[in-house]
Amino acid sequence: MLIKITRKSQPKASEITPHEVYLKRREFIRAGAGALAAGLLPGAAGAALGPDFGDLPDSRYNTDEKLTSYENVTTYNNFYELGTGKDDPHKNADSLVAEPWSIEVSGECAKPGVYSVEDFVKPHKLEDRIYRLRCVEAWSMVIPWVGFEVGEVVKRCEPNSHAKYVAFKTILDPENLPGQRRRVLDWPYKEGLRLDEAMNPLAIFAVGLYGKALPNQNGAPLRLVVPWKYGFKSIKSVVSMEFTRDEPPTAWGRQAPGEYGFYSNVNPEVNHPRWSQRRERRIGEFRKRKTLMFNGYEEEVAHLYAGMDLKKNF
Amino acid sequence: MSNAAATGVSRPGARAVRAARVFVHIACLLPLAWLVWTGVYRDLGANPIEYITRFLGDWTLRLLLITLAFTPVAALLRAPIVRYRRAVGLHCFFYAVCHFVTYIWLDQFFDWQSIVEDIAERPFILAGFTAFVLLLPLAATSNAAAVRRLQHRWNQLHRLVYVIAIAGLLHYWWLVRADFLKAWIYLAILATLLGYRLWRYAARR
Repeated sequence: MLIKITRKSQPKASEITPHEVYLKRREFIRAGAGALAAGLLPGAAGAALGPDFGDLPDSRYNTDEKLTSYENVTTYNNFYELGTGKDDPHKNADSLVAEPWSIEVSGECAKPGVYSVEDFVKPHKLEDRIYRLRCVEAWSMVIPWVGFEVGEVVKRCEPNSHAKYVAFKTILDPENLPGQRRRVLDWPYKEGLRLDEAMNPLAIFAVGLYGKALPNQNGAPLRLVVPWKYGFKSIKSVVSMEFTRDEPPTAWGRQAPGEYGFYSNVNPEVNHPRWSQRRERRIGEFRKRKTLMFNGYEEEVAHLYAGMDLKKNF
Repeated sequence: MSNAAATGVSRPGARAVRAARVFVHIACLLPLAWLVWTGVYRDLGANPIEYITRFLGDWTLRLLLITLAFTPVAALLRAPIVRYRRAVGLHCFFYAVCHFVTYIWLDQFFDWQSIVEDIAERPFILAGFTAFVLLLPLAATSNAAAVRRLQHRWNQLHRLVYVIAIAGLLHYWWLVRADFLKAWIYLAILATLLGYRLWRYAARR
């Protein structure tokens, strides 16, 4: 059977997807051809995709694996606020009102308050973070995020000694978000990390991908990215960050406690009741590949779970 | 037709039945044609294998429900439509085969160890596999010769379709993560179709 991923009525993925160009962007800029590069990046100048973040420093945590195309990253999403189909978030992206946006910091910390997203991001230096993303549904992508470490934000909020966890919430806006008009999940979407997980340098807040502002369907204007955990832990369109004493409830954990644990670390040895987690399909590839422990970030995060039974604390 | 013309007896009924049967076959093949056309000329999305698997599974379930709807709809309309049921049932089986082959080939790529594990460990796969295996004897005995040979046992055997429908719906139900809207619609339809039969059974006693 012939499987074509590109749509003939639309520009080819390589035309939309600037990843070849993207990877070479520094050469263009160095050659004094910044204007040329901008011309080769269709959409980069377009308001729909937001501003271009320009030349950002790379991170030592970057993977050099082949990037998933921009088209696939932005049209195949789980963002139930915008609909439960994989292409719904892309179709309904306009329903998310991402501007103006504020984030409330609360709980066990010295610096609670409500920050505009601009003020929330401003103190931090943005960098490129090319991470693997492994969904609990056994598919994966490689995505070049633009973001900054959650740990930097945590430090700025000055959590007190009672703070053991960080709880996050997504926007609640059933008037605009079509998915929130039915009680598919216990809205608003909630997620959480242990404080030391949030402090791990791999955990970032992303504000962009492929060098551009986050599209709404990917969790604009600001989302969490925790690459060693299943994708649903990387909560989108964050409006609240609360330091708590106790393990906070999570949206999927409430939906099906036996299926979605608080930790939800990528672990090929612990199967989800519906899916084997031993292998995954990298979007754009045909054959499945082996899933790596902690999604390949064992070196960076394994120490966080030393002595824990990961079968029990799944 | 030439016979009818030669004898001077018009047989519009037979001709209509034949035309209707062709229509039923074409209608049943339309979803598959759409899938192939979309795959070749358009786009099946970022995860085409998942898309194909789900599409074929959805249509297997829909054709199964349509097959089960013939009896009550025939009674309701007092129309002789049950003669078209076998065609729809066989297309249901055909879509089930396509769905199964997609899983074995495109999804698992003949990784038999994973397939056996899937069937043994994942209830939704077990339910789907059960439904598929039970469809085999029904498809094999769908010809007129088998109906004659098996006589009353043919009816008993083909009551397996109720078990298949329930297993097929479970297969879908257990796959849903959170949004059960479509699953509830399928359940409501199946409950109506099976409820009708229970009601008839009770009324006859």
